Amino acid sequence: MNFKKVILSVAAVALTVPFTFALGAKGGSVSTDGSTSMEKVIGALGEAFEEETGLGFTYNPTGSGSGITAAREGRCDIGLSSRALKEEEKASGLKETVLAYDGIAIVVHPENPVADLSVEQIAKIYTGEIENWSAVGGNDAAIVLIGREAGSGTRDGFESITGTKDACKYRQELTSTGDVITAVSQNPNAIGYASAASVKATVKALTVGGVAPTDEAIKDGSYLVQRPFVLVTAEGKELSEVAQRFFDFVTSEAAAPVIAAAGVVPAK
Amino acid sequence: MKKSRMTERIVAGVFLLMGLVTVGCVLLITAYLVASGIPAIRQIGLVDFLFGKEWASTAAEPKYGILPFLLTSIYGTCGALVLGVPVGFLTAVYLSKMASPRVKRTMQSAVGLLAGIPSVVYGLVGMLVLVPAIRKTFGIPDGSGLLAAIVVLAVMILPSVIKMSVTALDAVPKEYEDASLALGATPAETWFRVSVPAAKSGIAASVVLGVGRAIGEAMAVMMVAGNVPNMPHSLFDSVRFLTTAVSSEMSYSSGLQQQALFSIALVLFLFILLINATLNFFLKRGND
Repeated sequence: MNFKKVILSVAAVALTVPFTFALGAKGGSVSTDGSTSMEKVIGALGEAFEEETGLGFTYNPTGSGSGITAAREGRCDIGLSSRALKEEEKASGLKETVLAYDGIAIVVHPENPVADLSVEQIAKIYTGEIENWSAVGGNDAAIVLIGREAGSGTRDGFESITGTKDACKYRQELTSTGDVITAVSQNPNAIGYASAASVKATVKALTVGGVAPTDEAIKDGSYLVQRPFVLVTAEGKELSEVAQRFFDFVTSEAAAPVIAAAGVVPAK
Repeated sequence: MKKSRMTERIVAGVFLLMGLVTVGCVLLITAYLVASGIPAIRQIGLVDFLFGKEWASTAAEPKYGILPFLLTSIYGTCGALVLGVPVGFLTAVYLSKMASPRVKRTMQSAVGLLAGIPSVVYGLVGMLVLVPAIRKTFGIPDGSGLLAAIVVLAVMILPSVIKMSVTALDAVPKEYEDASLALGATPAETWFRVSVPAAKSGIAASVVLGVGRAIGEAMAVMMVAGNVPNMPHSLFDSVRFLTTAVSSEMSYSSGLQQQALFSIALVLFLFILLINATLNFFLKRGND
């Protein structure tokens, strides 16, 4: 029966979690702490680092705020933040190094005449203030909002950039980028969001404020629905040898393909 | 002589061990579910958890009410039975009593194939064909929701209902039917007044199997039900089932949210135990 399989896999995953974090503590280890949205990219980098050097890597998914605090208090080697540091945080002796940019594409059905929206319009659409496509220059049809499940990094990114945290009136909450794209491609009145790297030809990516979500536009900041993934270190304090090696590794050209494979645009 | 007895014992031991593996799995899963499901219920409160109408696990002030999921699972399963059981039951009567051997063979292998299709394929076809069809037929902005999930589940329970009912109907002794026909009953009267009552426990068991399949399905309904934790007020509402509530949030969850997901799994588990126990009770009473 199917539900048994679900329970079994749930149990298996839950049982293996403590082990994966306990591994690789021998022979020096780098500890990272922070943004849950960066889980995928930092996990891939950590794995590549462990394979390359045989050194250990740990990641504590606590959230950007906690990661920044942990870096300031020296509770971890490198803090992870999915937003740029604020001025007062920089003033308190922290240094930011952008690892990658997370660009989120706003997608609609290819037949939808709307080609461009501003961030304000997107926010109004997702909070239910604008309910009809005609209000933004489209057909007279109700807008169908498609998004991701609670806890998803893409949802967190989208909602924090557009300022719609916990206020989105979703019609569908799907659990993968692929499902979002399929659902949007099947409904001429749907709008959805997905990691810019995974947008396919079956849907149309909107320009935001006239800028298309290309890698260059995401990197130089002209495409607005994006956020930096930042490594946070304490200014003037030397990293441990292992941490320095990790830092050099992830900011090197060699790490770029790993970062790109995780669905974000490498800063290098 | 002595040697062969020894072998016998070893073989018996191995068989016992294999049997214990299954029992051990059940016990392990049950113990694990209970142990990891109880803490969140304690913290949230049983009444707030079971009868809370709002689920917002990642909000600044999280709410953990699973009534929407409970009702959705109940409505969804009942809906699937209402659509699926009549079709499955009548198909079974046709295959067992009316169809020529060739038709029966062909149709039964088709039913077998239906059972073998992975649930993600049901979900995908639902997403690409059924959801747009519902949207166009009813003229609503989006076709995903309770109705789409019910239709997908109804198709998914067909194989279990048909297969088991056919087996039960085939097992009815031919003498019963011959006697009925000899007394002047028409063939249709014979099938529905004699064969079906004689096979009723098997047919009821097929429905239980269907309930189990429908209530435990996660993947297919996740793709067509919309998956938003709304109370199921209409057939077109975007809804979330107990199964999908667990699987959609599990991968990113932590802390109380994760514990609450285990609690949902525990509720689902108890729910299925309860259904099986009730139906078993009625089946036994029917047989006596």
